[in-house]
Amino acid sequence: MSLTHLKYVFLTSILVLNLISPVPAAEITLLNVSYDPTREFYKAFNNAFIKHWQGKTQEIVKIQQSHGGSGKQARSVIDGLQADVVTLALAYDIDAIAKTGLLADYWQSRLLHNSTPYTSTIVLVVRKGNPKGIKDWDDLIKPGVEVVTPNPKTSGGARWNYLAAWGYALQHGDAEHAKKFVTQLFKNVKVLDSGARAATTTFVQRGIGDVFIAWENEALLVINELGKDSFEIIVPSISILAEPPVAVVDKVAEKHGTTRVAQAYLEYLYSEEGQTIAANHYYRPRLEKVMAKFADKFPQLKLVTVDEVFGGWAKAQKTHFDDGGIFDQIYLPAGK
Amino acid sequence: MVTLTKRYSVLPGFNLALGLTLLYLSLIVLIPLSTVFIKTATMSWGDFWSTISNARVVASYRLTFGASLLAAIINLVFGLLVAWVLVRYSFWGKRILDALVDLPFALPTAVAGIALTAIYSSHGWVGRYLEPLGFKVAFTPWGIVVALIFIGLPFVVRTVQPILQEAEIEVEEAAVSLGASRWQTFTLIILPNLWPALLTGFALAFARGLGEYGSVVFIAGNMPMVSEITPLLIITKLEQYDYQGATAIAVVMLVVSFTLLFLINSLQWWSSRRYH
Repeated sequence: MSLTHLKYVFLTSILVLNLISPVPAAEITLLNVSYDPTREFYKAFNNAFIKHWQGKTQEIVKIQQSHGGSGKQARSVIDGLQADVVTLALAYDIDAIAKTGLLADYWQSRLLHNSTPYTSTIVLVVRKGNPKGIKDWDDLIKPGVEVVTPNPKTSGGARWNYLAAWGYALQHGDAEHAKKFVTQLFKNVKVLDSGARAATTTFVQRGIGDVFIAWENEALLVINELGKDSFEIIVPSISILAEPPVAVVDKVAEKHGTTRVAQAYLEYLYSEEGQTIAANHYYRPRLEKVMAKFADKFPQLKLVTVDEVFGGWAKAQKTHFDDGGIFDQIYLPAGK
Repeated sequence: MVTLTKRYSVLPGFNLALGLTLLYLSLIVLIPLSTVFIKTATMSWGDFWSTISNARVVASYRLTFGASLLAAIINLVFGLLVAWVLVRYSFWGKRILDALVDLPFALPTAVAGIALTAIYSSHGWVGRYLEPLGFKVAFTPWGIVVALIFIGLPFVVRTVQPILQEAEIEVEEAAVSLGASRWQTFTLIILPNLWPALLTGFALAFARGLGEYGSVVFIAGNMPMVSEITPLLIITKLEQYDYQGATAIAVVMLVVSFTLLFLINSLQWWSSRRYH
């Protein structure tokens, strides 16, 4: 209700801030608009890039970070947040920005690997000792198993969770079977948190649920921050290749005169240093050499991609998550 | 009339004051709200209707209005009690208690939501005792009511408190000396005076509950058809970049809320005329 209202308040305050803040010296500033779990990663990466860029060109870059839910961040950029680069959770969110003409439609083909320098996957987190004996996705639909996952309608991460389960079910049957499987799985979900971090809190802090479906990087973070004594990661037989994409926002970068450095910033994500920092922050590196170094951290498993199983994000979104899509049908009363 | 206003007003002139008021209200309230209607107007009537009458959306109206109403009624009763205790008794720590009442105003709603969920979930301080009794609060519609009671509490207390403070105690003493029982004094002497303030507090708490999002999403469980509030569905639409759908639901909330608030205010106006 007050969202439109808020938007205007926000834009006005940005305007006021622009008016009162002094004109910056000849210093390049980049704004990276990203999603929630990348906060620590980009903090480390930015420092590395600033050094790298200064060594190469003598220029001093200042990088500002903005984090929030992926969809919300994309909307802010659409509404005028001056992002030079976006690094979001779903290609769908950058597509939405591209629709407004801020960057080219074919943005995803501009950088290597679908413009996704690092990947992640979806794993299962259980309590120490794995009391419910969870080994793979089909254990999640057993009666009496409580599953924690955020709501795919409000969380980008949760959409990966859902698609991973669907991808698994498809290996054992047709689309009808997959639909039944996912329906059964969501019947075991008692709380649909609005975001990935909230779901982590529900599982970890409040002790709710037997199994938590999570990004691999979030799961590794939980284990390393909160102790191996409380949780275990279960790697399912099949999961999804989660590809969080990055892109330069052409129109904004042109306006700021930052196109060159913005491009270099994203390309540096693919460098050996960038890849190592990503791996240290629990993202799977693309570079074979770096991946080999972290082999014990990232177990090999069969990964399906959104493109091959769902025909791309736009199609997956429409079939599964839009209003009236398959996810909605799970919750409709019988007969409707 | 105009000359009167000019003579007694502290503000420089009626025209200027009203002009500024209108400008201020337009910038802060009317223009932002009107964009909601303008955005919705780009939808066809059929699309609008199917959006706002969708089974899930209708279930969320029922929940949002029902929970807000229930929470406001509970706040009406207990807000009066709190105000009464604060005005009529003096005790150690009264100032602290008085300051505590405003806390829900100041606290970020997400913090309130996370804290309430921690307390009322099955492992929480309160939840672990309620659950064996078969009463689940967190992740059910009851959780929503609890969150709305929390954020609505200050409204009733703060509107009733000054009226109670000003009420002349002699009137009550006169009633007692004429043989009125405590209950009669309360219902016939004190309560009629308080009704307008109580109604205002109730309306404010109710309105606040309708729009609340931050604290509710953490404690509600957000299950479709069961514990999904209307503001969450608006956010859901926005996540799909469905701006029109989001504003269509917002329009329904605005129109219904405005009508209800208008009715409550009329009632309040009527009751204050009746007793004064």
